[in-house]
Amino acid sequence: MRAWFFTEDAYPYLPDEDSYESIRVNLPNKYFDPATGADLYSMYLDMWCAADEMGLNIMNNEHHQTATCMVPAAPIMLGILARETKNARLLILGNPVSNRSQPVRVAEEMALIDVLSRGRLECGFVRGVPYEIAPANVFPYRGTEKLWEAHDLITKAWITHDGPFNFEGRWFHARQVNIWPRPFQQPHPPVWVTMGSAGTAAQVAQRGHVGAVFLAGYPRIRAIFDGYRKGYLETHGTEMPIDRLAYCALICVGNTEQEGLDGAEKLLWYMSSNKVPPQYSNPPGYHSPEMAANMMRGSNSGTGLPTSTNLAEQMARGNVFAGTPDQVYDQIKSFYDYCGGFGNLMMMSQAGFMTFDETLASMKLFSEEVYPRLKKLTASYDAGQMQEKRATLPDVENVDLESLASEFVR
Amino acid sequence: MVRRGSGPPVLVLHGGDGPLGHLPFTEHISGSFELLHPTHLGFDGTPIPDHFDNLQDLIFLYLDLIDSLDLQGAILLGFSMGGWLAAELAVMSTGRFSKLVLVDSVGIKPGGPFDRDIADVFASPADELLTATWHDRSLAPIHADMTDAELLTFAANRVAHGLYTWEPYMHNPKLRYRLHRIDIPTLLIWGENDGIVTPEYGAALRDLIPGASMSVIPEAGHHPHIEQPGEFAAHFLKFASG
Repeated sequence: MRAWFFTEDAYPYLPDEDSYESIRVNLPNKYFDPATGADLYSMYLDMWCAADEMGLNIMNNEHHQTATCMVPAAPIMLGILARETKNARLLILGNPVSNRSQPVRVAEEMALIDVLSRGRLECGFVRGVPYEIAPANVFPYRGTEKLWEAHDLITKAWITHDGPFNFEGRWFHARQVNIWPRPFQQPHPPVWVTMGSAGTAAQVAQRGHVGAVFLAGYPRIRAIFDGYRKGYLETHGTEMPIDRLAYCALICVGNTEQEGLDGAEKLLWYMSSNKVPPQYSNPPGYHSPEMAANMMRGSNSGTGLPTSTNLAEQMARGNVFAGTPDQVYDQIKSFYDYCGGFGNLMMMSQAGFMTFDETLASMKLFSEEVYPRLKKLTASYDAGQMQEKRATLPDVENVDLESLASEFVR
Repeated sequence: MVRRGSGPPVLVLHGGDGPLGHLPFTEHISGSFELLHPTHLGFDGTPIPDHFDNLQDLIFLYLDLIDSLDLQGAILLGFSMGGWLAAELAVMSTGRFSKLVLVDSVGIKPGGPFDRDIADVFASPADELLTATWHDRSLAPIHADMTDAELLTFAANRVAHGLYTWEPYMHNPKLRYRLHRIDIPTLLIWGENDGIVTPEYGAALRDLIPGASMSVIPEAGHHPHIEQPGEFAAHFLKFASG
């Protein structure tokens, strides 16, 4: 197992929630104090550096026009970390290439980070959450097709070393493509793509990239990971290596159960703060008409977030792993067995008001007490045995809440 | 395509809300004219063709449809986005049309880059959108009252509406330089309280079309044909029969 420390770099010092319509897109930036922001950036960079020193890997991401994530340009933060860290793999998950107009620029940024870090980049591509549509002003219909076209252009730019090529696609046009620098890793950095259904998982599997899933929990993880495994086997003729799958959950490890749970309650800020009105959570063309209609019906259209901020429920869903090191290991292993195994654990271990010291205490316990056991677990992975074990575990039905968390998956 | 009534043909191009053939205003008109109500692809259960990207694809589809119907001397009547579509067709050729009627239509951008000429129907809060759209908000469709099938149609129509109008938002920057080509009598009908595209917007559009006139209907918003069907029909019939 490879573990990836992740924080969304929130700006949590907000006015009374009733005083604003949305934390995303239209929250006025007068609420962002630049000096406080500078302190927060410094703290978040220090956390990532601490992760490096503890032997954890690093994951970052970007969002736009939101207090939930102060980083609108993940490559800039990763460029800093490429210099400041020594050993950690540097995962960006990811580049919102459906929403960016210049894939070649993305190829250049990623190559630069890869060279700066001497080959430690892991490059993710994402379609982005629905609230990214308004800031990007990109019509989201066929966003997945657009993502793959950008992916094809970027990877071609990475692996072409003998002069320019031209690209005339449906979405993107580029001529005389000949990036400098080229990537450090050959033929190119590992690629990750997020997936939210069996169908999108199969597309990632066909290309052999790492498929990453956010907070799908017990109710949806099997369908997605099964879709990946099936797609991989059909395309490549062999069982998927376990390092091809990644799962992201909120994780807090404490010296006592209560300490872990208290930290997890703080992590739930990520969900409880996500106040978003329907015009941003349900733009035309992002969701299927069926999903869009469900949201209009009111299942979660008012807030656009995984509605429950009840810790016990989120833990039952497999979205949060929290408690003592033994408990956290057991929770992760149960989920691992249930879904058939995965080789990457993306850990959102800081959110909201969780302090530097609290975060580092949890990370330290994780890296010393939990991580070694997880590494052993995946080292003994055997696809056949894993599937047999998985078959003995019935589908979890009790926490299926329909579209809950659907917006976070992509 | 639905045909209704008898008389000289009127090609009705609906807006982003979807087909209009069921609405009461059509009853006022169908006694004197044959209304042709095509459904834009993507609306009311029809598929969006794989190659469709924007309104231009719809424009060329309608050029084919108009030819295949062999329309002669038809009245072209467009609502909102359908008015934009009608104007785009008219600047290409008015050969098959006798008159043009544009109802609370989009399609141009009179102001500068920072001016909000057309309300952002995809990013406005629901309440704001209702106020901008309706004089009498009680006439607005309510999601909670829709059947599942109706809500699904609404959601799918919204995708098609977005496809045709996303960027440049609800307009073609080139259209204002082409509207001078319209050489048939043209009437603009506008709701006095339209907050999506105001009567001032309508006047700017009127001024770009040679000889065009404009009728403003009181106590109506973006859908004067729904809020004041009788008066709407009277304006239409007076112009169309004159």
